[in-house]
Amino acid sequence: MPRYAALIYSAEGDAPPSQEEWDAVMVDYNEFGEKAGAAGVVAGGEALHETSTATTVHVEGGKGGKMIAVDGPYAETKEALGGFYLLDCADLDEALAWAAQIPGAWHGHVEVRPCIDFG
Amino acid sequence: MNLEETIRIEGGRVLATLIRFTGDIHLAEDALQDAVVVALATWTSDTMPENPAAWLTTTARRKALDRLRRESKRSVKEEEAIRLLDEAPLPDDGRDDRLRLVFTCSHPAIDPTSRVALSLKTVCGLNAEEIAAVFLVKTGTMRQRLTRAKKKIKEARIPYRVPEEHELPDRLPAVLATVNAVFTAGHHAAQGSYDSRVDLAEEGIRLARLLVELMPDEPECQGLLALFLATHARRKARTGPDGAMVLLADQDRSLWDHAAIAEASGIIDRALRRRRSGPFQVQAAVAVLHGLAPSYERTDWPQVVELYRALEELQPSIVVRVNRAVAEAEVAGPCTALELLEDIESDWHFLWAARAEMYRRLERPDESRRCLHRALSAEMNESDRSLLEQRLAVLLVG
Repeated sequence: MPRYAALIYSAEGDAPPSQEEWDAVMVDYNEFGEKAGAAGVVAGGEALHETSTATTVHVEGGKGGKMIAVDGPYAETKEALGGFYLLDCADLDEALAWAAQIPGAWHGHVEVRPCIDFG
Repeated sequence: MNLEETIRIEGGRVLATLIRFTGDIHLAEDALQDAVVVALATWTSDTMPENPAAWLTTTARRKALDRLRRESKRSVKEEEAIRLLDEAPLPDDGRDDRLRLVFTCSHPAIDPTSRVALSLKTVCGLNAEEIAAVFLVKTGTMRQRLTRAKKKIKEARIPYRVPEEHELPDRLPAVLATVNAVFTAGHHAAQGSYDSRVDLAEEGIRLARLLVELMPDEPECQGLLALFLATHARRKARTGPDGAMVLLADQDRSLWDHAAIAEASGIIDRALRRRRSGPFQVQAAVAVLHGLAPSYERTDWPQVVELYRALEELQPSIVVRVNRAVAEAEVAGPCTALELLEDIESDWHFLWAARAEMYRRLERPDESRRCLHRALSAEMNESDRSLLEQRLAVLLVG
């Protein structure tokens, strides 16, 4: 069966959403999750923390070079989203070290964003 | 030491430990604040506990637990609360918690301005209003910036640990740069741009001492401390009675703190013996050479020139080039200096002031005046402006 990635883009306010707003959004997502889950189409998925928690990694000089980590999301347009991995790591340092080994970080950039832990 | 001073100084140590227990800077700050409220209500100068830091830590941990229980809606929160009850949820590797905090605040994944702000907040105990004054931004803006940085640490799980030995070459420079920014902010403040309860230059020195104490084998930490001490030692001579900046050549050397210079000299000598030079050690060596010179003329200029050449190789910048050119002029004359400054394109007022000075020495007053006018067209603080205006006035009279 062909596999597709559905990438979700949404507006980010200056302030975090209120509990009510958050709950309302979660109701809709849960509904989608149940429907799509029952249909067997969802192979995985995560909610991400907002872009202010992002760190962007680039390896200067390509493979084996020096890792440059910068606060913030990848905000330029010269490179396009080309794929993603989900990494289970103990902390950001470990995640950045792995991100720097992804070939995409040698030629372009890898944005590392924490997934929301729903407990 | 009075009550509030004790709380501010001990607070840094306590907060660092609380962050290790809670894994959350925001929660740790709130809990410490709760504990301080209790302390202020119950302590007097006579009834202060024998170990205020331990008392604050115990009380604040209890307060953190209360807060978590109150807010506990989800199971995650309860897990955190359970973790707090545990004596040492993070392994204590014997390193000082404040060092962990310094490294966390200067993590490369935090933007550089926020690193300085966060360090001032957590390690030095300044409030958002005071930090806002340092950065010349509104208190609300600073509060947002701090909240964002703390959130990033929490959500992205920036680790609360001192990097391993092999990671230090990558991680230490950011920490040194942060502490240097703290000191420099205080250094500029002394020239009258803002008021603060806390002397940031003193805070910078306190932080540098902490780094030396916590990482005794890193000579750049010693370089940083020696640089601060030797620079701070000249503060009283650096501004004239009218508030104008006084250049090194014209400073009253009897106003210098010679004890501080001697301390800096001893520290940098020991550091340089390790033969692992770095930009802060070189700058400290220059500052100490100036500090030990009996007069401007009798400064060891050839040695100063050598040091600036070394610094330029380590860390090329316009500031270093201008300083080097001024030193080279004392050895090889103004023409050499002008050659060194020839290709630089910048609005930095001291670049143009240096050119003006070299033309003055060459008795070319028209060019000197032109350069001073160019210097004065840039943005600068009042004390620098007064100095340059004085120079221009002298030229016009002469």
